[in-house]
Amino acid sequence: MTKPILGRTIFHERTWPILVEILIFGAGLAFFYGLLVIAETWGGPFSPAAPISRSPQALPAYAANSLLRVLIAYLLSLLFTLVYGYIAAYNAKAERIMIPLLDILQSIPVLSFLPGVMLAMVALFPHSQLGVELGSILLIFTGQVWNMTFSLYASLKSIPQELREAARVYRFNWWQRFIQLELPYAAIGLVWNSMMSVAGGWFFLMACEMFVLGERDFRLPGLGSYLQTAASAGDTTAILWGLGAMIGIIVLLDLLLWRPVIAWVEKFKLEQVESASVPRSTVLNFLRRSMIVANLKRKVFRPLGDRANRYFERSIDRPNLPLGSPIWRVWAERALTVTLAAAIGYGLVRSGTMMAGLNRSEIAEIVSGAAMTLMRVMVALFIGAAWTIPAGVAIGFSPRLARVAQPLAQIAASVPATALFPVVLLVLVQAGGGLAIGSIVLMLLGTQWYILFNVIAGAMAIPTDLKEAASISRLRTVDRWRLLILPGIFPYLITGLVTAAGGAWNASIVAEYFHFKGQTLMTTGLGATISHATDKGNFDLLLAATIVMSTMVVTINRLVWRRLYRLAETRFKLEA
Amino acid sequence: MESRETIIEARAVEKHFVQPDGHRIQVIAPTDLAVYSGQIVALLGASGSGKSTMLRLLTGLTSPSAGEVLWRGRPFNGQIPNVSIVFQSFALFPWLTVLENVEAPLQARGTPAIECHRRALKILDTVGLDGFEAAYPKELSGGMKQRVGFARALVVEPELLFMDEPFSALDVLTAENLRHELLELWLSKKMSTRAIFFVTHNIEEAMLLADRIIVLDRNPARIRADFEVNLAHPRNRQAERFVELMDYIYKVLTQPKLEHALPSPETKTAAEGEPTPGKYPMLPHARPGGIAGLLEILLDRDGKDDLYHLADELVMEVDDLLPIVEAAVLLNFARLQEGDVQVTPEGRSFVEADILTRKVLFREAALRHALLLRQIERALRARSGHKLPDDFFRDILDEHFSDEEARRQLETAIHWGRYAEIFDYDANRKQLFLTETVERDQT
Repeated sequence: MTKPILGRTIFHERTWPILVEILIFGAGLAFFYGLLVIAETWGGPFSPAAPISRSPQALPAYAANSLLRVLIAYLLSLLFTLVYGYIAAYNAKAERIMIPLLDILQSIPVLSFLPGVMLAMVALFPHSQLGVELGSILLIFTGQVWNMTFSLYASLKSIPQELREAARVYRFNWWQRFIQLELPYAAIGLVWNSMMSVAGGWFFLMACEMFVLGERDFRLPGLGSYLQTAASAGDTTAILWGLGAMIGIIVLLDLLLWRPVIAWVEKFKLEQVESASVPRSTVLNFLRRSMIVANLKRKVFRPLGDRANRYFERSIDRPNLPLGSPIWRVWAERALTVTLAAAIGYGLVRSGTMMAGLNRSEIAEIVSGAAMTLMRVMVALFIGAAWTIPAGVAIGFSPRLARVAQPLAQIAASVPATALFPVVLLVLVQAGGGLAIGSIVLMLLGTQWYILFNVIAGAMAIPTDLKEAASISRLRTVDRWRLLILPGIFPYLITGLVTAAGGAWNASIVAEYFHFKGQTLMTTGLGATISHATDKGNFDLLLAATIVMSTMVVTINRLVWRRLYRLAETRFKLEA
Repeated sequence: MESRETIIEARAVEKHFVQPDGHRIQVIAPTDLAVYSGQIVALLGASGSGKSTMLRLLTGLTSPSAGEVLWRGRPFNGQIPNVSIVFQSFALFPWLTVLENVEAPLQARGTPAIECHRRALKILDTVGLDGFEAAYPKELSGGMKQRVGFARALVVEPELLFMDEPFSALDVLTAENLRHELLELWLSKKMSTRAIFFVTHNIEEAMLLADRIIVLDRNPARIRADFEVNLAHPRNRQAERFVELMDYIYKVLTQPKLEHALPSPETKTAAEGEPTPGKYPMLPHARPGGIAGLLEILLDRDGKDDLYHLADELVMEVDDLLPIVEAAVLLNFARLQEGDVQVTPEGRSFVEADILTRKVLFREAALRHALLLRQIERALRARSGHKLPDDFFRDILDEHFSDEEARRQLETAIHWGRYAEIFDYDANRKQLFLTETVERDQT
């Protein structure tokens, strides 16, 4: 690289990288300082119901707390994903249990985990704030982890056979295979699912930071509590401040974390030829040019990697034992199965006795609630599809429109609907409506984006020659939709609808039951039943309602969505 | 001649796949195969003949359903010996640079980083990729990617180099180039590799590279010929002996059920050729259009031509030409004699007829000679309503073929049935149904 001659440019050339170093160093310092401060409060004495201030000055501290909780929950999810997904993908016997289990866990709403998690954590750390914090973090975790695990599992199972064979023939040990084959292959799916998961964390933040459990009141300092407190009091200014803070954090996170990661993860794309347009990130470019990062890589990460490699390499030199597992393994498996069966049996018996204690009115509440929520989910899906399909197709077909609309849609989608909800309710209450309609609006707000983005992707994927054939045949609009567009976007539409439906069921717990302006708004619905039962500490009702919701979601998955997926894969697949 | 050492020996190896209903499909019939040092061995066979499976058996990637594979007289015991594989679709890790891809096997063996680096750079230089170390696979052409594949295979100095159709994903010129360079490396003894074993469907490629050729029949895989090619390098495609051996291979491939004598006393083994009794005949995967085209071309040359010559002129692979020839022979439109294809009188009438008459003639020939079509037609005719689900026929075929092959057989049968207007297929209802035939004048 030739050095420029003009004095000014030389000046730029030298200070620009130094500026980057200073920025990175400063960011690192700030981060560690923040961690220390927060760790101090968390390790402090047990104060589960701290007063939540509604003034904007408290916002930075609250925001930092919430951010840390969401990020720690995400890291826990990542760890869980790597272990669970890995085992499920490679152990056929475990897979048979683990994947249906994951299905069921995914259908259980976050609040249903609340009693178990909180009580356990508080029991573990009775005198320290850490218990409450951990409980809140674990709650956020339950809203984030399932889709990431599914993604890793699916990626691991679809690694091309030849790459696996190459890894085997060239004697990759377990660690090398993980770092050089499995993790890179799963990277893109993991990144997109991580983004979805963190967004889910923001969505449920309010429910996870401030809640009532029986007679106990839990209030953790954070953005979620701030927003809930503001909504309870009907304080519009506070609501708007809180909303602004949340949007600010999300945008910052997007710029500093997600954009660079998406740009970096491009190199894991399994393509044979470089694609024309590649996502770029200024932050990533800075990081790449930074000396600190380069030195970290060379002095810390690479030697660590080498050492790990050599440690694991030693472990494969032992030749495999001949056919037939060792005795201890067989017995261990048997013991495990028996224990599991016993645990499940015990759980069933306990739940049975708990639920037998339900009285008539509670059972009626559950049944009517289930019907109402099901109807609301369907209405929300219908309304969502009704506007997102035309809009999505219009955006997908026109690159010009896409350039404008997509960033807008992404910003709109990243605002957590639960944070918007108080504002929506304000309007609704003025207009005289109730939560019966409002809950549908909230479900819509939270889940329509899944459908929109998938429809856009589907419309973009329709090959140009099909569109040209349609226009040459001068198809009428009706026929064009019937013969080309709807079949073309079908697989993507189904994916969008499934995700949206899952999101809608999950959202029902905050959509059908809300503390607003000193009163509790609620409507008949399963989500309301669950939230109400948690508030009142009626665990029998909570368990029964959760089981009903979970069963409904899993059944609909099997009967409806699975069939549609199969149809999408056979009849509506675009490649030959 | 240096003393031959047996590196790998497969004894009575078999491979089955068990279908969900418990039915066993045999992919490889009990086979004995040995690989000796100092040779380039080619395993030749059509697609789906189980040759890739055989390669994986020999490398230890798969274990045989019966029999054993010995590495220098000892069983594998779950370990992979010091061998390398070059893959058909390169199998490079897209997220690693060229250098990282080549270093990976060395890292796997615990080689220190500096040594990895040095050896990787050296082998990249040998294969001619000096300067491309920091490139990612997606920035490279097909030929360069395969060079990386070779570099990665050779960097660990394997005792045996295996190649699974290494040049089929490349264009003709690049393939020629790479073959040349591989031979150079081998002949100049720059490789510490003791033997090379490769799998291919390209007869010419086998003839150009190999010192020993093994020809496989398919369904199930069985060795039909195993002989040495004692021609000096560089080999001349026009040399008499070259052409002789090519013809011999064509004969073995097109008529695997009969015995053929190698044209020279130097036969290794000509495996026993009794056709398995009651074997369900395979429908060759060719379209009626292709069959008509072949016959038309032959008629242009006085109704007869040499198979090798024909393939050469049409710039076609054996894989593509053979099924069409087989189909023409099955329908009695052509006859095979000593490596020559000759049009029969029936074939001549077929070519010279108009479109509608062609369909009639095809229909007659298909119903007379193709068992599967006859079965389908009879079954449909016997059923009131003349309709049957495709699963009915799939079940019959599953008895004799693997899942994949059964599906292909039915597909080809449906093509022929549709062309000859014997029956048609409703993809929505997944049913075959008899075509309403309008009585035509049989001219």
